[in-house]
Amino acid sequence: MRGATAMIVAAGVVALGLVPVLAPPFYANLLIPFFGYAIALLGFNLLFGYTGLLSFGHAMFLGLGAYGAAVMAGENGIKSFEVVLLGVALAGALVALPIGLLCVRFIGIFFGMLTLAFGMLTHAILFKFYHLTGGDSGMRVPRMNILGLEFQAYNKIELLAGPFYYYCLGLLVLCGLVMWRIVHSPFGLHLRALSNNAQKAEYLGVRVYQFRLAAFVISAIYGAIGGAILGFRIGLADPEIVHWTHSGHLVFMTVLGGFSSFLGPIAGALALTLLQDQLQSITPYWRFILGAVLAAVVIFLPRGLAGIAGTGAALAKRRAAA
Amino acid sequence: MSLIANLLLGGIFHAAVLFLVAAGLQLVFGVQKIVNLACGSFYALGAYFGITLVTLAMNFGLPAWLLLPILLVAGVLMAAVGPPIERLLRTVYDRDESFQLLLTFALVLMFQDVLRLVWGANPQSLNNVHLVYGKLTWGDLSVPVYNLLVIAAAGATAFFISLFLRRTNYGRLLRATAENRAMAEALGVNVRSVYAVVFTLGTMLGTVGGALVVPTSAASLDMAIEFVIEAFAVVVIGGLGSMPGALVGALLVGLIRAASLVVYPEFEILAIYVIVIAVLLFRPSGLLGKAAT
Repeated sequence: MRGATAMIVAAGVVALGLVPVLAPPFYANLLIPFFGYAIALLGFNLLFGYTGLLSFGHAMFLGLGAYGAAVMAGENGIKSFEVVLLGVALAGALVALPIGLLCVRFIGIFFGMLTLAFGMLTHAILFKFYHLTGGDSGMRVPRMNILGLEFQAYNKIELLAGPFYYYCLGLLVLCGLVMWRIVHSPFGLHLRALSNNAQKAEYLGVRVYQFRLAAFVISAIYGAIGGAILGFRIGLADPEIVHWTHSGHLVFMTVLGGFSSFLGPIAGALALTLLQDQLQSITPYWRFILGAVLAAVVIFLPRGLAGIAGTGAALAKRRAAA
Repeated sequence: MSLIANLLLGGIFHAAVLFLVAAGLQLVFGVQKIVNLACGSFYALGAYFGITLVTLAMNFGLPAWLLLPILLVAGVLMAAVGPPIERLLRTVYDRDESFQLLLTFALVLMFQDVLRLVWGANPQSLNNVHLVYGKLTWGDLSVPVYNLLVIAAAGATAFFISLFLRRTNYGRLLRATAENRAMAEALGVNVRSVYAVVFTLGTMLGTVGGALVVPTSAASLDMAIEFVIEAFAVVVIGGLGSMPGALVGALLVGLIRAASLVVYPEFEILAIYVIVIAVLLFRPSGLLGKAAT
């Protein structure tokens, strides 16, 4: 299985790496949000898929990343994107710690509602305190340098479709490798154990509360990094990024791809980004179709796209054995 | 003095509408254990259809004082979307609650565009028709009679729901199913039909709530996703699944909103979330709910 995953990842990285070369800049630009979401969902799925906690307010950490970038780069003139990423990751951890302390005391629907309430609290703060956050017009996220390089010869589109694209791809691979280590470490095993049966896990010595909290904080760090990428691309951080419907979209991507597999959420982010773009160019009523797709996935494909791939692989194996 | 009274009445009016929607949410959660994110969409549906029906009726030359009955009819008619949606939800009753939540989120997305398709993207409103019932003036305090009628209607609904749940046979069946579905089924309750009825009733409370609010404020596409959060705040504060809780929660949320408008407008919606979080942390079962599991 590890060999197969490694091959899929290698093929995926090569394919994504070819996009700016082969396709018009539009597509590379379109895929930047995908990288942001994919990184955020790696973290989100540690919480949902591996730990069994469904957050309906996770977009608040994406908002933290985008607004963090706006504050650090826009108001304080920090021009290095790496410093900003480290800053928002730290901020994500610091904010997630107290919120997590309160939220992970609950599981199931109560955890979902509490995170939803915190998410909307953040939305209200961003929306109402105009003098601090710019209210509904948001805050500007200026252009930053990456790896210390200014790329002054590039305009914004060229920067996004060229250097920044590869930068995000590299960041996704890096974050993916780290997450792979996390979920395949004893820590990851603990999370899966307590997700299956918290009582039994506790009896076996798993510190359920602490591990849930750790998963929450890690997922927030990933969310903040993803949010900073989104902010860089749009050049703006606005309150809609933390709205509960945006959190719903994160869950949507995860379930579409399949939350019971490591790569599923990334596939879901890619599928939804492309699908949404196609639908938006065809019809103004793309939300309806997205909703119908989500309903169909929930009803017929609870394991998502990864479930189809898994079934296909199993069938092929059986056929090969026969 | 009159300012405070006006705000108080405004808050109670808001609470009355909130109660209707939240009661629908409670009914569905209490019996079916599903948190229905689409209740806000039902509310918006009722609001839009209310405008259409009233406009139609006025064009037919029906007298303006029929406004309230027409709106009620509009709300009740729109409850017809309940049974097909319940049929859809039936596919996930035995699944994890995250799937149920997601399916209702899918409904929110779909409703958003159905409303846009039928009624367009611009907000719609009825121009002050609710003043047809006149205003009650008391010193410098003045309040549209329509608002009082809606408050009375919500109060009556609360009374009849509690009567229905406590005193009728069918109400006992509902409560038995809510308490223990498997046992109720074993004793011969047709749980399928109970679920269909409960969901339709829940839908109706949402659509009627939406229809009643529309003479006083515009119907817009955003109202679905905004109102569901408020209704959700109400049920959390009152206690998930508890009808009296919905009443208390709605009053609290309505009055807090009205109060913060005077005291500190920035705090309006913030205050509600702070209370929701406080309740979830210190009394996760809500003010009047049963112990959480």
